[in-house]
Amino acid sequence: MFLKAVRSSTKSKYSTYIMVIAFFSIAAILVEAGVLGSLFKGLLIPMCYYIILAVSLNLTVGILGELSLGHAGFMCIGAYVGGVFSILTKDVITSSLIRFPLALIIGGLVAGIFGVLIGIPILRLNGDYLAIVTLAFGEIIKKLVQNFYFIKDVNGLHFSFANSIDPSTIDDVSKKVILSGPMSISGIPKDANIFIGVILVLVTLFVIMNLVDSRAGRAFMSIRDNRIVAEGVGINITKYKLIVFAVSAFFAGVAGSLFAHFSTVDSTKFDYNLSIIILVFVVLGGIGNIRGSVIAAVALYALPELLRAFQSYRMLIYAIILIAAMILNNNEKFLRFKEQFTFKRLFKTKHAKEDA
Amino acid sequence: MSLLEIKDLCISFGGLQAVQNFSMSVENNQLYGLIGPNGAGKTTVFNMLTGVYKPTSGSIVLDGVEIGGKSPMEISKCGIARTYQNIRLFSNMSVIDNVKVGLHNQIEYSTLSGIFRLPSYWKQEKLMNERAFELLKVFDLEHQSKNLSCNLPYGKQRKLEIVRALATNPKLLLLDEPAAGMNPNETAELMNTIKFIRDEFNIAILLIEHDMRLVSGICEQVAVLNFGSELTHGNTDEVLKDSRVITAYLGE
Repeated sequence: MFLKAVRSSTKSKYSTYIMVIAFFSIAAILVEAGVLGSLFKGLLIPMCYYIILAVSLNLTVGILGELSLGHAGFMCIGAYVGGVFSILTKDVITSSLIRFPLALIIGGLVAGIFGVLIGIPILRLNGDYLAIVTLAFGEIIKKLVQNFYFIKDVNGLHFSFANSIDPSTIDDVSKKVILSGPMSISGIPKDANIFIGVILVLVTLFVIMNLVDSRAGRAFMSIRDNRIVAEGVGINITKYKLIVFAVSAFFAGVAGSLFAHFSTVDSTKFDYNLSIIILVFVVLGGIGNIRGSVIAAVALYALPELLRAFQSYRMLIYAIILIAAMILNNNEKFLRFKEQFTFKRLFKTKHAKEDA
Repeated sequence: MSLLEIKDLCISFGGLQAVQNFSMSVENNQLYGLIGPNGAGKTTVFNMLTGVYKPTSGSIVLDGVEIGGKSPMEISKCGIARTYQNIRLFSNMSVIDNVKVGLHNQIEYSTLSGIFRLPSYWKQEKLMNERAFELLKVFDLEHQSKNLSCNLPYGKQRKLEIVRALATNPKLLLLDEPAAGMNPNETAELMNTIKFIRDEFNIAILLIEHDMRLVSGICEQVAVLNFGSELTHGNTDEVLKDSRVITAYLGE
């Protein structure tokens, strides 16, 4: 009995890994072969970080059941911390094979610490209140970063808010501006490639899917289903909520760091629109459904880009598709229809015949 | 020494004295009934016993340990488990996962070994599965182990709630109106189940119930609450014949 249960849950995990690997290798091969244009090539790495963002947000929204609208804030922290780390260590650690993973981990860790710090005051909040607080947090992070100045010279590092660094303390010859308020950071080595992106996606899926399918994961879901009863059977609510906030923020930070090493970092990108878009991926893919988040992130990210042929009608069509998908996802008839044509069912009938 | 010793328990919400100077003691392996008209404060007593409410004054001692004012989590670890008046399952989780949440503090491994599938994960998870199946089998629920708990029929949901409570390995089980919404046949079955739990798991059971057939059928001792204070307590037969109890239920 036990083995059977384990097998079925690992089977669904493996099929998710295989799906991700298959999709990205086919896409990479097609791009190399020139079947898909360079436009599509540029979409692959963003797909990776959007998958990581959607999967990690699904841990908070779908598994723990807390609505968070500040995911872009954690991504922002990861992007800046990872980016600054790479700039500072560019001359020390010359191999990008070592520097880039370190940048990813450090970006993730700092974001994770912020996840816990934000998590502590909002432990007692839930629902709409939590959503508003996390939304505000995302905006605060954005504003802080926009007003942060960070200069390096022979004397060391200088930090400041709102450009109040005393110029006389800075040695002009060796001066290197790393962050200067609303200006974006420049000089981050573009280390990101599709191979590392896919590995990161797989690591994220491995950690989050295993976490969900364990003692801790059951604790998360029990808190989601009934907080009072969960506490009554001896679940440490504080501990498990903070674990979720930390893990979720960690992977958002990793995604941010990946982003920083791929395209230009501009703090206006990390606004609440981005948080909402990630939430849309989660909702459309199915709340609590990790594989659904992966599919939704890929499809919904690629869609507006592939609709470029429609030019100015692009976003209109995108919106209509979103609305249709949401309605269909809640339509019982469609769900029944979908159930009849799943791979699982096809395989099941086959097995049943073999058994007979 | 008794298993549970409650002394002069009081709680007030603002100006309302919900429970005043309530005392009772439950022995090991005893079936104890707590009855009283609606609004008498029975569930409030349960909520204080399980830490949902903090008593304004008074003491609750379980097995020699003062638990009054502790958090629900700590009290669960001390050995009190409960079910609820309106069924409260983890409705979006499978039947077996509901039981496994109950086993959370019985069979442990760290979160990290869960993520990285270390040997302790496999060992403990196997143990947990076996234990959960054993419990489900006792209550004839093992064939529905993979169903979502919200899809179970009403009677089985009640049973599952009891299984989840038992999974926490309690010394004292609190049942809040276990027979609510059941027909006479189901109630008779429930009475057997409750007796069976007491004998099989060797625990004390304190239950709130309005169905007097159930109370007189299985409870050895009964305490009666009325308007937040104790009316009387003692052997079930004597208490149920007491004219004050009848008046409290039926009026003058």
